[in-house]
Amino acid sequence: MLRIEHVYWLVGALLLVGAGFNLRDRRWLAAAFWFVLALPFLLGERVLGMSAAGVRWPAQAMGLGVIALGLLAGRATAAPRATSPAAAAVRGARARRLGNRLFAPALTIPLGTLALVLCAPWLRWGEAALIDPAQPTLVALGLACLAALAAALRTTRATPPQALQEGRRLLDTLGSAALLPMILATLGSVFAATGVGDALASLVDAAIPTDSRLACLLAFAFGMALFSVIMGNAFAAFPVMMAGIGLPLLVVRHGAEPAVLGSIGMLTGYCGTLLTPMAANFNVVPAVLLELPDPYGVIRAQLPTALALFAVNLMLLWLLAFR
Amino acid sequence: MNYWPLLGVAAVVIGFALKRNPVLIVVAAGVISALAAGMDLGDLLALLGTSFVSNRALLLFVLTLPVIGLLERYGLRERAQRWIAGFRRLSLARLLVSYLGVRQLLSMFGLIDLAGHAQTVRPLIAPMSEAAAERGGGALGDEERAKVRALAAATDNVGRFFGEDVFLAFGAVLLIQGFYERQGIHLEPLAIALWALPTALAAFAIHAVRIHLFQRALERRRGRGAAAQTADAAD
Repeated sequence: MLRIEHVYWLVGALLLVGAGFNLRDRRWLAAAFWFVLALPFLLGERVLGMSAAGVRWPAQAMGLGVIALGLLAGRATAAPRATSPAAAAVRGARARRLGNRLFAPALTIPLGTLALVLCAPWLRWGEAALIDPAQPTLVALGLACLAALAAALRTTRATPPQALQEGRRLLDTLGSAALLPMILATLGSVFAATGVGDALASLVDAAIPTDSRLACLLAFAFGMALFSVIMGNAFAAFPVMMAGIGLPLLVVRHGAEPAVLGSIGMLTGYCGTLLTPMAANFNVVPAVLLELPDPYGVIRAQLPTALALFAVNLMLLWLLAFR
Repeated sequence: MNYWPLLGVAAVVIGFALKRNPVLIVVAAGVISALAAGMDLGDLLALLGTSFVSNRALLLFVLTLPVIGLLERYGLRERAQRWIAGFRRLSLARLLVSYLGVRQLLSMFGLIDLAGHAQTVRPLIAPMSEAAAERGGGALGDEERAKVRALAAATDNVGRFFGEDVFLAFGAVLLIQGFYERQGIHLEPLAIALWALPTALAAFAIHAVRIHLFQRALERRRGRGAAAQTADAAD
C-alpha cells in the first residue's frame, strides 16, 4: 500500500539532491541547510514512533536540527539568475514548437490528483488498497507529480537530471521561504504548549465589559482576526478564543447559537490570515514564487477584500447568532 | 497566570517589523516563549522536534518544482500567455472571476490541493492574467505586472479559504465540532459547514467586484498612457 510516508521519502530524496547540487557548487552552508531539512522527511516516522515509545533523543536531535535550520536560513536563498535575452528567445522558439502540448504535463498534476482521489476506493492490489485511505489526497498528489514528471520528460525530450537541475533552481530561489510554513506551524504548537493562548485570553477578559453582548461579540471577532494574524493560522486562534470568550461569554451567558458562532467565527479568523506574513505558505511563498519586488505584495492585494469580509462576518454573526 | 511566554509573540512582531530572516525569527520566538514558560532544554528540543516532524506535509509542494521548472525552461509561461492572447474577448476580470468561482467550488468538494500557488498560479494563472491584462494596450510596466500577479495569487487564496469551510470533512469543520463535543455540546458537521455558505457567497461577491475595479483602474491608467504617447508622437 502506498502511504504518505512514501511520498515524504520522495520529498526527502529531492531535498538531498538540492543539497548535492549546492555541495558541487561549494555553497557549503546552503548544502547543510537542505541536508538537515531532508532528515524529517527521510526519518520522520521513526522519530515520531520512538518519541511515542518514550525514547526522546531522536526528537531532541531533530529539535537541534530546527535551531540549526534557523541559523542557516539566511544562507539558503540564492538570487534568481537573470535571464539573458538569448535564453528568452530559445524559450519562445521552444514554446512555439511544442505548442499546447506543454499544458498536458502541467495539468496532469491537478487532474491526475483528482482522478486518483476519485478512483482510490477501486484501486486495489489483491486485498490491500493501493492508496492509503487515511491520506488519499496527499498520496495522490505525490503520484500525480511523478506522472507529470514522466509526461514532461516525454514532451520536452529532456533528461531526468535536467528536471532535477530545474527543480533545484526553483528550490534555491525559494530558499528559506520554502521552510517557513512548516516552521510557523511548529511555532503554533510551541505557543500552545507554553500557554501563550491562555495568557492572551485572560488579558482580553480583563479588558472588556462582559455584560454587553455586543462588546463580547466584538472582542471575539477582533480577537479571532488578531490571533490569526499573530499565529498565521485561524486553527490556532480558534481554541484559544472559544475557550476564553466564545463559550463562556457568548454561548453560555448570552445564548449565541454554537454552530453559527463556530463556523462564522472561524471564517472571521481567516480574514486575519489573509493579512499576515505569518501565514507564509499563502502570503509570502507566492510573492517569492511570482518574483514580486514587494514581499508583502500579495497581502496588499488581499487587504481590501479581507477588511470588507471582516465587516460582513461581524454583521452575519450579529444577525444570525442571536436569533 | 504566567504572562512571560507572551515575550515570544513580541519577538515575532518585532522581528517581522525589523525584516530579519523570518525562519530565524520564528525559531527564536519559540525558544524565548518556551524558556519564559520555564520549560527545560530537553523538553524544549523534543517539543520543537516532534512538532516540526508532524507538520512536514506543508512542504509537499516541492514535489511539483522539477515538473514546473522543466516546463518553464521549455516555454510553458510563454505558451500560456500566447494561448490567452488568442481569446479576443477574455478579459482579466473574466479570467480571474472564473478562476475564483472554480477554486471555491473545488474547495467546497474537498479538492483543496488540486490548485495552488505552485500547482496552478505560477505556471498558468499568473502568466494568463498578464496576457489578458496586456490585451489592447501593449506590454505592462514592471509595477503593473507585479500588481496583476499579486492579484492572481490573492484570488487563489480567497477562493481556497472561503470554499474549504463548506466541505464537511475539512479540518476546520472537524475542529469546531470536536471543540464543542469536548464541552458537551453535540453538533452535526453539516450544520457547521452550512453556516459557512453566507460568508462564501459574500467573499465571491466582494472579490469579484474588486477584480472588476482593478481592471477598470488598469485600463484607465493604460488608456491615459497610450493617449500621452500618441500626443508625443503628434508633436
